Amino acid sequence: MAADDFGFLDAYAVREIRRALLKALAVPGYQVPYASREMPIARGFGTGGLQLSLSVLLPGDRIKVIDQGADDSVNAVNLRRFIVAACPGVQPVTRTAEATVIQTRHRIPERPLMPGQLMIYQVPYPDPLQIVEPREAERRRMHAEGDYARLWVKLYEDVVRFREVALSNRYPARVHGRYIIDPSPIPRWDLPKLHRSAVPHLFGAGREKKIYAVPPHTAVEPLAFADVPFEVERFRDEQGRRRRCARCQADDTYLDQIPLPGGGSRWQCNDQDACDERLGYPDAR
Amino acid sequence: MGYVAIRGGEGAIAAAVQALEAMRCGAVEPACEPGEPLAIAAVRSQLRLLVDRVIGEGGIYDPVRAAWAIKQAHGDPLEASFILRAWRSQLPRLGETAVHDTRRLRILRRISAAFKDVPGGQVLGPSTDYLQRLFRVELLDESPESFRAAVARLPGAAAEAADFPAVVDALRAEGLLAPVGESEAAVDITREPLVFPIPRPARLAHMARGETGALLAFAYSTMRGYGYLHPTVAELRVGWLPVELPHPLSGELQEAGEALITECQIVATHGTESEPGPPRILLGYGACFGHNETKAIAMAMCDRALMAGEERGARHPAEDSEFVICHIDGIEAMGFCNHYKLPHYVTFASDLENIRASRAKYAEDGDGGG
Amino acid sequence: MTSGWGTPMLAEPPLLSVRGLTRIHGPGCPRCLDSTGDAAGRNDCPHCRSVVAIAGVDFDLWPGEILGIIGESGSGKSTVVRLLHLDDRPTQGSIRLRGGDGGCLELTELDGAARRRLRDTRLGIVYQSPHLGLNFAISAGGNIAERLLTAGERRFAAMRERALALLARTEIPRSRLDHRPAQFSGGMQQRLQIARALAPGPELLLLDEVTTGLDVSVQARILDLIMELQHELGVAMVAVTHDLGVARLLAQRTIVMRCGRIVEHGLTDQILEDPQHPYTQQLVMSAL
Repeated sequence: MAADDFGFLDAYAVREIRRALLKALAVPGYQVPYASREMPIARGFGTGGLQLSLSVLLPGDRIKVIDQGADDSVNAVNLRRFIVAACPGVQPVTRTAEATVIQTRHRIPERPLMPGQLMIYQVPYPDPLQIVEPREAERRRMHAEGDYARLWVKLYEDVVRFREVALSNRYPARVHGRYIIDPSPIPRWDLPKLHRSAVPHLFGAGREKKIYAVPPHTAVEPLAFADVPFEVERFRDEQGRRRRCARCQADDTYLDQIPLPGGGSRWQCNDQDACDERLGYPDAR
Repeated sequence: MGYVAIRGGEGAIAAAVQALEAMRCGAVEPACEPGEPLAIAAVRSQLRLLVDRVIGEGGIYDPVRAAWAIKQAHGDPLEASFILRAWRSQLPRLGETAVHDTRRLRILRRISAAFKDVPGGQVLGPSTDYLQRLFRVELLDESPESFRAAVARLPGAAAEAADFPAVVDALRAEGLLAPVGESEAAVDITREPLVFPIPRPARLAHMARGETGALLAFAYSTMRGYGYLHPTVAELRVGWLPVELPHPLSGELQEAGEALITECQIVATHGTESEPGPPRILLGYGACFGHNETKAIAMAMCDRALMAGEERGARHPAEDSEFVICHIDGIEAMGFCNHYKLPHYVTFASDLENIRASRAKYAEDGDGGG
Repeated sequence: MTSGWGTPMLAEPPLLSVRGLTRIHGPGCPRCLDSTGDAAGRNDCPHCRSVVAIAGVDFDLWPGEILGIIGESGSGKSTVVRLLHLDDRPTQGSIRLRGGDGGCLELTELDGAARRRLRDTRLGIVYQSPHLGLNFAISAGGNIAERLLTAGERRFAAMRERALALLARTEIPRSRLDHRPAQFSGGMQQRLQIARALAPGPELLLLDEVTTGLDVSVQARILDLIMELQHELGVAMVAVTHDLGVARLLAQRTIVMRCGRIVEHGLTDQILEDPQHPYTQQLVMSAL
């Protein structure tokens, strides 16, 4: 068990967060309110995910922290430094395959997750209904009654107006046929990875003080009309061909577009580790 | 394994820390002399109102540590409160205090706008209210001696700790105020989940930690017609409250020290719409750590507005408890506002792809639509 | 309380049975009911200041029938509609709705989710103000789609088709499908409300002063439409109005309310030709 000086949070906080997590796993997709603690990291920078990581990590765990798919992004580095300092015996890693806990902002690794791993998400807006209803008390009623019509109407209006649902990330999805969740600002590309996943996905919204979860092997269905299928990002060039990563040549990953000084763009894998793995980790030596 | 291949970010953070430290130590502009390094004691005593703001918003009565945080935060009150609050969140709970009677305040300042004179008297105390806001040239040349001389001239020692009757007691005795009901249990908002509707003790706790400017904005909106509140400051008190803690062994209450607080009670005339019976005077209550009159008054007005909203439905922003409580925390608001500086290129790429797909479909089926 | 009236349609059990329906706003006291109502000439209790919006309201509604409720403002007729639409809960009384299987559902006992489900699938409402019945932030089609979506429809094309059919049926041009209601005329907004209310194929349609404030020619068109729909769809309706002409045109049977109580009920023609209660007599006289 966690020692008193392990993991920054006091034992009372750890117990409360773990209890909230158990409830979240037992009622998939339900947002469990909890007394989010003040962390030495600013609100909005991942305090929700951080509290989850600190509550579940144990000595011997291997933590990977990514922001926008990158391990060396400034915020990821900052969070990782904090976690490693607060959790003696927890080893930082960048390889997805080696991690036991992965804390992320905005991406799910391309490499399929394996049983034994835990995904932890930093969540800015825990409630998918926030885009149609600002009042939380009203949103709680809507969730309780399964009253999602206004969200569906937004989809209808979008398809009429834009021929497409105008939600590119934070795409709402129904979990286990009941609650609709905001899967955090992951792109549509990542949403199918939640469906019947091998691992638990834990979502922490520190500022909004909610925890929710998708247990392993649980159905996660993007909200979509039967005859207007949900589509992920296409990454096609002007000729309609799928773009490839300029570095590892993959044509089945989420890509970053990097504008070049002379015009035009370079496209490469967003998931840095997936790209490195495909190249056989050229920088590892 | 055995590798920790962290690139890029680590070096960038180290460089940022260095640059920040240089700015703190006086690298503001080449021509600007940094002066002596600030002593924490100097911040604590000479920037007392800033310290008081920080202990209030940081949520812990530790003025010296607040001064330290202010120095560390280059004088930014939000950042300083944040440092203090993050430190606070790790502290163990020593115990729970009993309800404290603020009639026992050792008064520094105490006024009532409701009556010409009140039992115990009006005590103007140190107030900026009647100052002419003109630059004082003598501040350009001060010395420790001039400081000592000013302190020695403190007009009469602060009033003795005495039972100052609360102004509203008289109104209550006359039956103009509702009798004090069963007091609701205090809520530790740092340990209890926030679920709306929230009880008044939790609302008050949130407001006591709220950002002064945010509370002021909401309160000001009620004064300007976004809510009909006709408030009178029944009493504003600033003073030192004897803090009593239960003895760890005997459980008996023991005075453990004093805390400077500001407390305000406003009264609003005419009663509720739904409550039967003759009209009554209604109360609003505000209190915070330190000397911060704006915050205590604004909080009392917000408290009154929120109770009105609770009773007959919110008609104005400041009467909506979710709207007010979720938006007055300066530390949370500041954090989220600043988080937009973090990279968002994954979500932006998905936005672009979404728009590209939408435009492609438009091009395919023209303007006709489904 | 007896409930023996409405005998003409005894062959079939009623779709809706309302018994002892009472709604008191405020704390209420033992003297509320005796101190208010028709005889007292007021609906606010002088003892506890509670408002007795309605008390002891009984009636039945048969499938396919239109029942009129007339009375001036403050008579409680709109409270009846709010309670029937499950927007509010009665202080006392029962509202029973017969299901397709012959079983009865006590609507006052449903929890929030069940009330919503029932409202979404089996009830429809048209308000006097289109701002209550329509969402002005979305298109006409979206307003209809919202009702279909709450009732479980998930096919986009099918919703578009159904919306177009409903627009055609309520005499709104197809080209207005994707327009916002704010761009519609008052009469067209009322017809869109009707289209929206009918979208899921409800068994009971509530009409709350639907023609009040409209031009006479626009009124006539809407009343015609309502009668045609009743014939075609066989949907039962409760039409609340302060206009005797509307009641005469739409309703086979009518209830007259005053100060929260039913003061007279019967066949509409009979009430209009031979009013019994002084208040009804006054209403009929003033309408002449």
